[in-house]
Amino acid sequence: MRTLLAATRAEFTKTLTTRLWWVLLLILVLYVGAVAGGLAFGLGALQASGEAPPRGGPGGGPALPAAMLAPVIYTLATVVGYPFPTLLGSLAVTGEFRHQTVTPTFLATPRRGVVLAAKWVVLLVLGALFGAAALVATVGLGAAGLGAFGLDTGLGESDMWAMLGRAVLAMALWGAVGVGLGVLVPSQVGSIVTILAFTQFVEPILRTVAGFVDWVGEVGRFLPGAASDALVGASFFTVLGGGTPSLEWWQGGLVLAGYAVALTAVGYALTWRRDIT
Amino acid sequence: MPEGVPIEFTGLTKRFGEVEAVSGFTATVPPGRVTGFLGPNGAGKTTTLRMLLGLVAPTAGRATIGGVPYRRLDRPFSAVGAALEAASFHPGRTARDHLRVYAQAARVEPRRVDAALDAVGLTSYARRRVGGYSLGMRQRLGLASALLGDPGVLILDEPINGLDPEGIKWIRTFLRELAAEGRTVLVSSHLLSEVQQTVDDVLIIAKGRLVHTGPLSGLQAQPAVRVLADSPDRSALRSALQRGGLEVEETADGLVVTGAERGRVGHVAFAAGVELSLLTQQRPAAGLEDAFLALVGEEGAL
Ligand SMILES: Nc1ncnc2c1ncn2[C@@H]1O[C@H](COP(=O)(O)OP(=O)(O)OP(=O)(O)O)[C@@H](O)[C@H]1O
Ligand SMILES: [Mg+2]
Repeated sequence: MRTLLAATRAEFTKTLTTRLWWVLLLILVLYVGAVAGGLAFGLGALQASGEAPPRGGPGGGPALPAAMLAPVIYTLATVVGYPFPTLLGSLAVTGEFRHQTVTPTFLATPRRGVVLAAKWVVLLVLGALFGAAALVATVGLGAAGLGAFGLDTGLGESDMWAMLGRAVLAMALWGAVGVGLGVLVPSQVGSIVTILAFTQFVEPILRTVAGFVDWVGEVGRFLPGAASDALVGASFFTVLGGGTPSLEWWQGGLVLAGYAVALTAVGYALTWRRDIT
Repeated sequence: MPEGVPIEFTGLTKRFGEVEAVSGFTATVPPGRVTGFLGPNGAGKTTTLRMLLGLVAPTAGRATIGGVPYRRLDRPFSAVGAALEAASFHPGRTARDHLRVYAQAARVEPRRVDAALDAVGLTSYARRRVGGYSLGMRQRLGLASALLGDPGVLILDEPINGLDPEGIKWIRTFLRELAAEGRTVLVSSHLLSEVQQTVDDVLIIAKGRLVHTGPLSGLQAQPAVRVLADSPDRSALRSALQRGGLEVEETADGLVVTGAERGRVGHVAFAAGVELSLLTQQRPAAGLEDAFLALVGEEGAL
């Protein structure tokens, strides 16, 4: 236990003493803030000018109801931002191999499982921090945009705050998913490419197809991004999803946590216990 | 003062696929002495040390520190300090932050960070990113992390690589002091001459096998004698010596005779009636390196 506490402190220091964490955080906040602000002001202006709300997706899904605007804009923090805590998590592991710091790390904490547990704790906390910061940006700019055109910001409702809380939890879990992926794919380039390819191409395409083909939809609900959206409770894909119902929020949370645990466990068995030469 | 404890290797073996990097390595490294761990490139020194430190799993055998395997040490840095490669740093982190991370992980008091930086002379560079460090500075930082926990056992893999002459002199004195305090000091090198002035004992490894162990002085038992001789009539001397069955080599300074004492060379010249202008026996110090090379074998190197 003392070893775990010591390792966790060390992992926090390790992550916070290089520039990576704040560079990623800065990009995340600017990125989701810009998308949320742009969407809120753009859609707000459309609504105000009396035009019909836009039709989403390439195939043209159902129209976005006005009441869904606020949650869809706020949850851009996770829907667009989830690769960021994942990247931080994977780099926390792959950086050890890239810079060979895994040698002093295992010398200081010879029980390797403890190191991995410490990285989990750190990434859950920093993932939540990333989530909170991203939400400050999307809610701040989104509510400003909606409010400017007299639309409902939804911030008076407790349901909305519960959703924001679940969004923070989702980002924390993505941090742990990143750790798991990093252990499974210790090559830094390999990990980054996997994250970008999966989050930017593979999953969006699968989920778009899932909207039209039932059996894909059945499986698609269990994709990590879909599980994350189910946990949070409102997003573009959920709104567009139409056909198959998504998981309950708690099921989504369990599925996402399951990915994090499974990736970490397999990575531990396959790579983490290897010889460090 | 931390007590040194012995390091013990028992039948330690490591196979990487087809390659047997270390084979049945058995040895003891006593406290209070500097032990040189010598062998040519690829002999298995690093692999042996990494097995000792729990970084590489042995195929067979075991290695312990004071009877305990490294992985079972509760606060490892307070028992054993190790410096392996010069490259094990994140280039974007400062030296001080680097040491803070590992002090926290190994539960070493925070004040030891500055003490360790001071001990290796890095205090004024402590807040610079390691990416900008020279090779010698990285070596010193590696040594600082070995010293973090003020351990009784020090394990250093090629610590002299990249140090300037002043740094080499400093580390030699430093290692001698640590051993004098009763600590166990194990230092690897692929060059005997590099550690010859520092070590008390040697462990010599070639192709994964221990080929010699004992005090450094034991290596000098059969120094290859070299005699330098010259004569106003060098060619006459040369043929006289050759007729006497001696091995002769001509250099700018005179004729070098190997494998015979000075007296015998003088006698052969006298018997042949050749006048000598020079007759000296060279320092047998060179014999140490020769003895080392003989042990590790001609083909010992890669
Ligand atoms: N991860 C590995 N996979 C395969 N072979 C390895 C591995 N690590 C080391 N070896 C082999 O084991 C042998 C011993 O290597 P080792 O690094 O222990 O030698 P060394 O004595 O430290 O050499 P040097 O003086 O060059 O540092 C070499 O033949 C090397 O090629
Ligand atoms: Mg080596």
